[in-house]
Amino acid sequence: MNARTLNILGLGLVGIVGIAFLILTPRFAELDTVLELTVYMIMAVLSLSLALIWGYGGILCFGQSAFFGLGAYTYAIAMFNIGESTVPFLLAIALPAAFAALLGYFVFYGRISDVYLGVITLTVTLILFNSINSTAGPEFHIGAARLGGFNGIPGIPALNYPGNKAAAVDLEGMFYLSTAALLVTYFGLRLLLASRFGRIIVGIRENERRAELLGYDPRAYKLVTFTIGGALAGFAGCLFANWGNFVSPTIFGLAQSAQIIIWVIVGGRGTLIGPIIGCIGIQWLTTALGANQPSGSDWWTKLLANAPFIFGVILIAFVLLVPKGLVPTFGDFGQWLLRARTRRVAAASLEPKQAEEG
Amino acid sequence: MAEPLLQTRDLSMHFGGVKAVRNVNFTLAEGELRCLIGPNGAGKSTFFKMLTGQLQPSLGQVLFRGHDISKAHAHEIARLGIGIKTQVPSVFDGLSVRENIWLAASRIHNRHRVNAVVDEMLERIGLTSAANRLVGQLAHGQRQWVELGIVLSTDPDLILLDEPAAGMTHEEVNKTAELVREINRSKALIVVEHDMQFIRMIAKQVTVFNQGSVLVEDSVENILRNPLVRDVYLGKQAAA
Amino acid sequence: MDFVVLLAIQVLYAVASLALISVGLAIIFGMMRVINLAHGEFLMLGGYAAIVATSNGVNIWIAMLVVAPLVVGLIGIVVEMTIIRFLYGRMVDTMLATWGLSLFLVGLTTAIFGNTTVGISAPLGSFQIGAYRTSGYTLFVIAVAVVLMAGIFAVLRFTRLGLIARGTMQNANMAAALGVNPPRVYAVTFGIGAALSGLAGAVLAPVSGVFPTIGVAYVAKSFITVIGGGAAILSGTVSASVLFGTINQIATFLTTPVFGEVALLAAAIVLIRLLPQGITGRFFRRGL
Repeated sequence: MNARTLNILGLGLVGIVGIAFLILTPRFAELDTVLELTVYMIMAVLSLSLALIWGYGGILCFGQSAFFGLGAYTYAIAMFNIGESTVPFLLAIALPAAFAALLGYFVFYGRISDVYLGVITLTVTLILFNSINSTAGPEFHIGAARLGGFNGIPGIPALNYPGNKAAAVDLEGMFYLSTAALLVTYFGLRLLLASRFGRIIVGIRENERRAELLGYDPRAYKLVTFTIGGALAGFAGCLFANWGNFVSPTIFGLAQSAQIIIWVIVGGRGTLIGPIIGCIGIQWLTTALGANQPSGSDWWTKLLANAPFIFGVILIAFVLLVPKGLVPTFGDFGQWLLRARTRRVAAASLEPKQAEEG
Repeated sequence: MAEPLLQTRDLSMHFGGVKAVRNVNFTLAEGELRCLIGPNGAGKSTFFKMLTGQLQPSLGQVLFRGHDISKAHAHEIARLGIGIKTQVPSVFDGLSVRENIWLAASRIHNRHRVNAVVDEMLERIGLTSAANRLVGQLAHGQRQWVELGIVLSTDPDLILLDEPAAGMTHEEVNKTAELVREINRSKALIVVEHDMQFIRMIAKQVTVFNQGSVLVEDSVENILRNPLVRDVYLGKQAAA
Repeated sequence: MDFVVLLAIQVLYAVASLALISVGLAIIFGMMRVINLAHGEFLMLGGYAAIVATSNGVNIWIAMLVVAPLVVGLIGIVVEMTIIRFLYGRMVDTMLATWGLSLFLVGLTTAIFGNTTVGISAPLGSFQIGAYRTSGYTLFVIAVAVVLMAGIFAVLRFTRLGLIARGTMQNANMAAALGVNPPRVYAVTFGIGAALSGLAGAVLAPVSGVFPTIGVAYVAKSFITVIGGGAAILSGTVSASVLFGTINQIATFLTTPVFGEVALLAAAIVLIRLLPQGITGRFFRRGL
């Protein structure tokens, strides 16, 4: 079985599992489970946005939540002003993309190194957080939408079927939409990465100087990758604003950014399925631990229900012990098993010969 | 006289107070093969970096077919037709041999043609059987070949080779010399090398660098007989 | 006139507090090329150390100036030996691991101290400048910053430790060449950086109060000060603090504190774009 067939099998498996999940879940699960799963799907789209730019593009963005939050806020603000969701939906993708393009131009064409990029993206996130957080007063509004500062914006109208304002998407519809969005994003990125563009960005990640000496302009490729990542995160933000009908500045917070990084690190850089698994797994874990919050007052039982503590432990442990992430590590292990087997088979077939020679 | 392929005018590079390259006037004709020799630190690699846009010269100009490229970006120069094999092989270690060649070839070929071109190149550099192995796992000599394959796949008119025979076995050196001669049938080359055997196999004309400037430029026979050149090399060896 | 004096004090205070919160990070970054994203939490721990010590009857000055740096310095050494040591040369992984550490510490302190602000009241009372009142503690913070900078200057300039430090800043192999055990140099450096952060956190605790997530407020500001300043520990920290502190305070006067902070962050991004090597990468290259 060569790599190509494995690849196609894997894709097929993801497709079948995804579609089965899409169709079957609402029939068999409780409504609040469906609601919970919806947000997992939305966050998985967000994790894919970083999987693309960091895992494949080699661009370490500490502020992916900036684009996510911008998407959510854009949708909310546009919705209060327009009322019909087609334009707000598109704006929620276009605006973060444009912002990513602007920031990317500033950074990549300024030849700012990777590490500083991390600090700059983190700073931008904090600027957004601080700015939005302080707009609680009624004087801060954009058109009919009050920004609400640290209180956030409640009661965001839901998406409607394009062109028909009355036909709003219900909770079950949100589940279908989010799951479909994840599947489309996943397969879309697979296509992108198999294309010439995708292979070139991986080449640039591997050796930027070499790519340049072959005639590719790394700045342009990174800029486009970063912009696509911004658009995807904005898209996820729009879905998120719909899911809870609410956004608040914490969406820009460092905790949110850290989570996205953790999903990708745990799942594995350089894969797409890894960050999805990482994202869903970690969210499930947080929910499970949070739900079991004991009424006791031992400080160490409180610790286990404490999200930052758990995230911190996971992040340190993975960086030190499993730096490649789960999926690539399992992949290596599988390959090792396969090779060990071939070696055994080869050794077995050699033995009689050696016996003859001896 | 026809316009030269490459010409530098008073090309200089200063790092702080150190003059790594100073006032180099160098001319290369279309289709020529030139060897650069000189002790370590003579400025050969810095010279190459300026020709390929990896460093911007402090002073002076680089003209490629009459265009001033001294301020151009590395990728623009590559697109004009200058390819370089660097001293330490610069390849895509995390990708397979085939993917390495593919990345280079797909810059100039459309997707219908590129796979055929890649297969041809794999054959040419003798790595067809290793096509799906990761370049990072190959031996040093093979990585050198991969890099050569990458450079050739972008079909440049001028190829710069920085110590192509370094770390190769005797047999591999012969094979490389043969390949260099074959490439030279259609392209111009500048080759930096220490191995005199190798230079004798490939070169007609040799330029000697010393302390950032051109010491002398002559035919390979005369260079090898030149006492000044011998001093530069012997002096360095004596010091080492 | 009174107003000008008051403004001057405020600007000086902004500069001093920036220099205080950044200098520990600058030492760690300048000497080890380690970007410590848990820096904000070191400041936070300094604040808690001072508060716990005073509530157990320790004199407030001793709590701030002795206990806090000692406690946080020790924590720093432990962190170096259990996490940082394994990641040298892997800058991105170090950033990620220290981010993990940052979350870990936030979680831990939340569990222990709860998610509320605790404070100690600022000693030294207040005094009158014409029509305005300002607190004596403001002047104390400025004085601490000045003394600290002078002390670092003296250590770097006149002691053997300073010589090793300067050598390591120029060339990482220098410490080994001087016959010093590099792992120990790194552990000590990280410890000193952490101790200074603890001191800064404690000194600022009466002004801002302490709560588990206060590090977030510090971390971006100290980072851009260090990166904006460049590789030289002292001249970098001081020059960047002066620049950003002034911008911050003037923007605060013109608008609100929040936008003062935003102006500071935005100015920093522009500076990093213009001078990727920082101020000392371009000017004062021979500085300490």
